[in-house]
Amino acid sequence: MSVFKYERDNDGIVTVTMDMTGPVNAMNAEYHEAMSETIAKLEAEQGMTGVVFASAKKVFFAGGDLNDLVKADPEQAEAFFNATEEMKAGLRRIEKLPVPVVAAINGAALGGGYELCLACNHRIAYDHKSVQIGLPECSLGLYPGGGGVVRLTKLIGVEKALPYILESKCLVPAKALKVGMIDQLVDSIEALVPAAKEYILSVKDDELAAVQVWDRKGYRILGGAINTPRNVQTATMGPAMLSQKTRGLMPQMTAAMDVAFQASMLDIDTALRIEGREFAKIATGPVAKNMISTFFFQLNKINGGASRPQNVEKNLTRKVGILGAGMMGQGIAYVSAMAGIEVVLKDISQDAADKGKAYSEKLLQKRIARGQMDEAKAKGILDLILPTDKNEDLQGCDLIIEAVFENIGLKHGITKEIEPYLSEDGFWGSNTSTLPITQLAEASAKPENFIGIHFFSPVDKMPLVEIICGEQTSDEALAKAFDYTMQIRKTPIVVNDSLGFFTSRTFGTYLDEAAHLLTEGTNPVRIDSLGKAIGMPVGPLQIQDETSLELSRKAQETWAEMGVTDKWGNGDVIRRVIKDMITDNGRGGRYHGGGYYEYHEDGSKNIWPPLYELYYNADYQISDQDIKDRLMFRQVIETLKCLETGVLRSVADANIGSIFGIGAPAHTGGFIQFVNTYGFDAFIARCDELAAKYGERFNCPEIVKEQAKSGELFS
Amino acid sequence: MSNTAYIYDAVRTPRSKGKKDGTLHEVKPIDLGAGLFRALQQRNDLDTSYVDDVIMGCVSPVGEQGSDIAKMIVQNADWDESVAGVQLNRFCASGLEAVNSAAAKVASGWDNLIVAGGIECMSRVPMGSDGGAMVGDAAFAVKTGFVPQGIGADTIATIDGYSREDVDAYALESQKRAAKARDNGWFDSAVVPVLDKNGVMILERDDFIKADSTMQGLGGLRASFAEMGKYGFDDIILKKYNTLERINHVHTPGNSSGIVDGASAVLIGSEQAGKDLNMTPRARVRATAILSSDPIIMLAGPGPSAKKALKTAGMTKDDIDLWEINEAFASVAMRYMRDLDIGHDITNVVGGSIAMGHPLGATGGCIIGSMLNELERRDLSTGMLSLCVGGGMGISCIIERV
Repeated sequence: MSVFKYERDNDGIVTVTMDMTGPVNAMNAEYHEAMSETIAKLEAEQGMTGVVFASAKKVFFAGGDLNDLVKADPEQAEAFFNATEEMKAGLRRIEKLPVPVVAAINGAALGGGYELCLACNHRIAYDHKSVQIGLPECSLGLYPGGGGVVRLTKLIGVEKALPYILESKCLVPAKALKVGMIDQLVDSIEALVPAAKEYILSVKDDELAAVQVWDRKGYRILGGAINTPRNVQTATMGPAMLSQKTRGLMPQMTAAMDVAFQASMLDIDTALRIEGREFAKIATGPVAKNMISTFFFQLNKINGGASRPQNVEKNLTRKVGILGAGMMGQGIAYVSAMAGIEVVLKDISQDAADKGKAYSEKLLQKRIARGQMDEAKAKGILDLILPTDKNEDLQGCDLIIEAVFENIGLKHGITKEIEPYLSEDGFWGSNTSTLPITQLAEASAKPENFIGIHFFSPVDKMPLVEIICGEQTSDEALAKAFDYTMQIRKTPIVVNDSLGFFTSRTFGTYLDEAAHLLTEGTNPVRIDSLGKAIGMPVGPLQIQDETSLELSRKAQETWAEMGVTDKWGNGDVIRRVIKDMITDNGRGGRYHGGGYYEYHEDGSKNIWPPLYELYYNADYQISDQDIKDRLMFRQVIETLKCLETGVLRSVADANIGSIFGIGAPAHTGGFIQFVNTYGFDAFIARCDELAAKYGERFNCPEIVKEQAKSGELFS
Repeated sequence: MSNTAYIYDAVRTPRSKGKKDGTLHEVKPIDLGAGLFRALQQRNDLDTSYVDDVIMGCVSPVGEQGSDIAKMIVQNADWDESVAGVQLNRFCASGLEAVNSAAAKVASGWDNLIVAGGIECMSRVPMGSDGGAMVGDAAFAVKTGFVPQGIGADTIATIDGYSREDVDAYALESQKRAAKARDNGWFDSAVVPVLDKNGVMILERDDFIKADSTMQGLGGLRASFAEMGKYGFDDIILKKYNTLERINHVHTPGNSSGIVDGASAVLIGSEQAGKDLNMTPRARVRATAILSSDPIIMLAGPGPSAKKALKTAGMTKDDIDLWEINEAFASVAMRYMRDLDIGHDITNVVGGSIAMGHPLGATGGCIIGSMLNELERRDLSTGMLSLCVGGGMGISCIIERV
């Protein structure tokens, strides 16, 4: 009995119901066998009038098996190409059947799942938000190489297809219908197969219904081929915009655009073959490996609760108190209310608290204006937020997040004052980016319920939360903080208590290395330009201006008070820069009237001219590669140290945390995956070179040497 | 080298706006070329059967300009059926490349007489009609970091520090010089009027020159490439030139070369050809040079190519009396003068493409004629001609009166 159930009805319609072993239908060895058999049977049918592809699973079809994909090496490119060609030949045979073939899409059809739909003549979907349709491959370092680029391009035209291919957008059925990615909607799962059969019967006399548009005589692609004059804009600007967005670091997107452009000019079979050749190169290349490992396997692991204590029952936060309605507090209030959590937003004055709530109102108004939300729903969310200056309003909160200034004394005081209002089994979260949780918890009556919840700014946009366990933090508190983070739809990484935790400490090395480069005499523009060239979202000087030099100065001050100055390395250079910039020149950063840059009213900015006089030395010789590697390696080395010393508890947290929290280049798969792909021996050798040339801060951590001996990658 | 390549004559059509309201829009490319060829034949009482080959530059060799337009023009001009023809494309250098190639063929001794020049009816076959990998090949564009030439020109201005006023002032001077030269009839002996089939005049002289240009008028024009730059091209430049903070977009239609229709033809032959046909040589080709520089900026090749030509000729810059640099963009000419440390007083003395327009494939031939005329008028000896070329190439040619 095949896992593809095969039934022919009295009208001559064959329904193939995919019901593979395991939770989903996927493109694996079992698929190949079942599909080959099915196709052979379909081709042998006499008097058949149509075919319906349906699914017995919740998901229509889940696409390629990433376990296989992530293992494919460049040496296997030829075999990989041949295997893909064989799979694609099957899809080609389906679309060449002499009868209409209909996809009855009952659940998600993403990636390979949607590629199967594209090989059908007609696509009907159950109109429900769980039915996600799209081609998300590019977000995993791949591209739709199972005919997806070629067929979508040929179906809706190159200009319309490209955003859905490159941006990995997943659509609900109504939107997919509008775009032309599917043809018909039904409003229940039960109606799917009948609707498919009805369609087949309705086109019984239409011979063209069995022929894909691109196989019809006189087919012309919508919007024209890329080399026609009216597409000159797309042809010229498309690659430029892609270069701007990816800085040339996402080969899968370049290849996808290239294949789409060619598909617009060539016949389907040639285009499919080109798609396959490029795909073999991309799928066996490093970026695919990096992105699949991190954004699929490791992210799933994290979201699946790998770092959450398993012995604690799932906890739902119903009422959260937020202390401090500043930039962080108001953001935390917004994301909590968006998740349906009741929020008490407390500040010293009612006015400050109201201002904090107004932030949510502004964001909700934007959503309404964009048509993402209706007025009533927005009002409901806003009503969840109670702005107040009274401690009593916090009574009964099952979570209180303190988001006041980074000052131990202040935080201690507030903990003592407000902790009593917490509900009996409530827990306390401190939003701090550097202060040790164990020390902060000293003021708490129940240090086991005390945990660090480090949000990133702007809270509504940044996807990460860094949870920090103090020495006494209990499994219960960790589980609750984890559940709350998932509740507000963010990704939690869990780290152990240590000055600067993981993200702030590592991020600091990016800024510190920029200070080294600057004081050595490197052109400041070049430092920021090369920071972006390695794939960081912004250059180090610019980002330090945004987060403010003043903040760095205060942090140094706090560490001095705590007696932990230079705990993770010599900070003389950055202290010198801070002194030169702030003490001597009053340049505290963007929101302090300017920093490394000066900012103009029209939104433009340029390097503050005296910065050149302070440090720039036109005779200083350093290669672009050295600058790039220094900016990258410092962060990678710091991450390795965090892993080595147990600040980080897992490689997954390191990679995801570095990308979502610090902006590590996505194509590298994060700061630890970077070492896997760079190669241990090569990495150790490059560290040695950099250390010899620029100082011991580039010494390679032992953990790499140990890992190299083990013969296994970091995972 | 065994033989000397002499220039016996150099003619061009007048240039006119390369859009549908341009005076030459109504003229077929092969008719524009044929008219010029007939005039060349008549001026020299040329026995066309003596001509070994015709080399014509054309940058958009498709449609009406397709399928080896050089041969089509030869036939359309009723030249002897023994005359061959080849079209070549080295982007904006095509016309000068045709001249340089012809000179090399003659110098080799394998050919005796060649017509070299170019044609570009930009109003009928728009720029870019021939496609190519720079536009529409995503993999190539991302890999090589292609940016449109205007962005490259703006980058030169940014690096060298030319302000908007600087480039506009240069453009104004080009207009003034071209208008003066035309109005004094200095171009007339090299410009062949375009007539219709009945011999009725269509265009007698250049009508693209804007003699009434002012700094104020030029200053009012919008920078052409600022918007395009925002959509990614500026970032591509800034990634390579990583000490630049931004691109200063200074080029406008007023200080860039104009899009025009036009054709050119230069008669290049051996000493023997002159004797056989009773023609007197006007100049000889001393040296030629081609090279490439950064393909992203794309426009920085002329200075280096001129230096290469000087080296080949065993000359120094002081041996050159007049310089001609195609004014693709004002910053290109300004960078050229800076590279070679020469003054504007001896460079582009009768204006250039900013004023007269740049009929892509024809320009190289056009400037041979103006240079020759001006050397003769001033009784000077030696001229250097250079153009910037797509893909970062630069081309030069040194001519010397005999």
